[in-house]
Amino acid sequence: MSFPWAKEYTPTNGVAKFLDEKLPLPRLVYNAVGAGYPVPRNLSYFWNFGVLAGFFLVLQIVTGVVLAMHYAANAQVAFATTEHIMRDVNWGWLMRYAHANGASFFFIVVYLHIFRGFYYSSYKAPREMIWLLGVTIFLLMMATAFMGYVLPWGQMSFWGAKVITGLFGAIPLVGEPIQVWLLGGYAPDNAALNRFFSLHFLLPFVIAGCVILHIWALHIPGSSNPTGVEIKSESDTLPFHPYYTVKDGFGLGVALLFFMTMVFFLPNALGHPDNYIEANPLSTPAHIVPEWYFWPFYAILRAFTADFLFIPAKLMGVLAMFAAILVWFILPWLDKSPVRSGHYRPLFRKFFWFGLIPAMIVLFICGGAPAEEPYVMLSQIATAYYFLHFLVILPIVSQVEQPEPLPYSITEAVLGSDKKAVLGENATPAV
Amino acid sequence: MADTAATAIPDTAGPETAGETGDGVRRRDFLDIAAVSAAGIGGLAVLYPLISQMAPSKDVLAASTTEVDVSAIQPGQAIKAVFRKQPLFVRRLTPAEVEAANATPAGTLRDPQSLAERTKEGHEDMLVTMGVCTHLGCVPLGAAEGEVKGEFGGYFCPCHGSHYDTAGRIRKGPAPTNLEVPEYEFTSDTVIRVG
Repeated sequence: MSFPWAKEYTPTNGVAKFLDEKLPLPRLVYNAVGAGYPVPRNLSYFWNFGVLAGFFLVLQIVTGVVLAMHYAANAQVAFATTEHIMRDVNWGWLMRYAHANGASFFFIVVYLHIFRGFYYSSYKAPREMIWLLGVTIFLLMMATAFMGYVLPWGQMSFWGAKVITGLFGAIPLVGEPIQVWLLGGYAPDNAALNRFFSLHFLLPFVIAGCVILHIWALHIPGSSNPTGVEIKSESDTLPFHPYYTVKDGFGLGVALLFFMTMVFFLPNALGHPDNYIEANPLSTPAHIVPEWYFWPFYAILRAFTADFLFIPAKLMGVLAMFAAILVWFILPWLDKSPVRSGHYRPLFRKFFWFGLIPAMIVLFICGGAPAEEPYVMLSQIATAYYFLHFLVILPIVSQVEQPEPLPYSITEAVLGSDKKAVLGENATPAV
Repeated sequence: MADTAATAIPDTAGPETAGETGDGVRRRDFLDIAAVSAAGIGGLAVLYPLISQMAPSKDVLAASTTEVDVSAIQPGQAIKAVFRKQPLFVRRLTPAEVEAANATPAGTLRDPQSLAERTKEGHEDMLVTMGVCTHLGCVPLGAAEGEVKGEFGGYFCPCHGSHYDTAGRIRKGPAPTNLEVPEYEFTSDTVIRVG
């Protein structure tokens, strides 16, 4: 959908007219990321990360397709072909480092994108479906990243595969058969490596499909904005092009500066040296941790050290880890406050900055630390707060909180006054 | 593209002349062109490694010379070696074959070359060619014992019927040029290094 004042696409020459009749692709682009898409005029740089996530998805697919031209998913040679890429293939080192660091940057921008969603409650009506698709994309990303990390067949690859498939071994009764089925064996080997490669190649395209749905769903209500007040009139909006193509382009330039610094100067800083040792099923590395982007969830997994009621600790940890993400699926219905932006929600803001964010940071640090005190206790406290925040605090806060007064419109928030508000025209409640 | 803004949103964008320099050039147009050019050049620069990665890798290039010991080849015999993953024919011609090749006037051939041009000085009886038909890349017959040598006593390609003579020159059939003589040199009287 679009707003009534959205500019309409008008094909100017014969070719454009022909295309517009037979396959209106230029019209689609014009209405999606061109001048035909009116966007709130007050978007901050926090609204850059969706485009950046899209960029890194494309980067991962391009570099990944290149790497797949030179890699062989066979336990005998996988490690050697990875080194072949690094040493023999023209620019292979660049492709591999860009792909490995690209995964990290994909997660960085997606985490910031999710953070934006949390603070500004982008998940609230009418944007629930965008949020649900986003959480689905995040889950797919985690699966894809995990399987990609197995492919170089180093020590961390092998033991990561063993530990993560071991999670499924925690399922009562059928756990072990499921784990054996997932691996196609009793430990990670050729069968597991091959299916991980196949799925690692497939899932990014599934993600791309979900991204298209995500954007489609976004274009129905249009983008949210830092005030959380919906668009009321044309003066609240700017055409996406050139205003936000330029703003996103600038953001992309900044992101690429950070990305290229990592690729060229610190290419292994986010990896583990142990993964340059070939997989050895007979020896586990002393300190085994997943990639940094899994740390908070890994900490939740390890926070459960004692059996809880009749549930064994192992199963409890697995359930909690999955629940930590699945709880996001019901977030639009947990947070019932009609005000979207955290900017106008004093109580929400306190729990957000002094509760959720510190808990996430503690979980992040503990997930990367060895499984010993004080990290275990800290992650237990943080895990408890994490679930308390979503399941108890958010619903209560949204009931008892007295929000601060909202601006009448985006225009008023930006300019200090809105002629229509003064005239009483279009006088709907400012939500 | 920038001037669409001023008409759409009168209360933010300045007048059309905002940022205009004395000679009527708008700064925004300059920034526009500079930014898009930089992005375009950057995009082209990214294409280079993406294309280059498909070229032969260093390990393939490192295996691109082959040494062949030719001492055991008797007159009238040929051996097949492998050069860059393709067959290489090394053949010691009999005096009669050398004579037959020299008796053919080079000027009348499809790809005019004399035997001397296709061999090394002092080794006119040693014919080193690729075993790859210049038509569509099949391996011609005639190098191994008992194979058909074609109407001109050299090589015969069974795929589409190209006949090569004792100097490996195309004489009949669809192939456009003579069998390729790769770059090679005698490192001693009995050893050649190809590539």
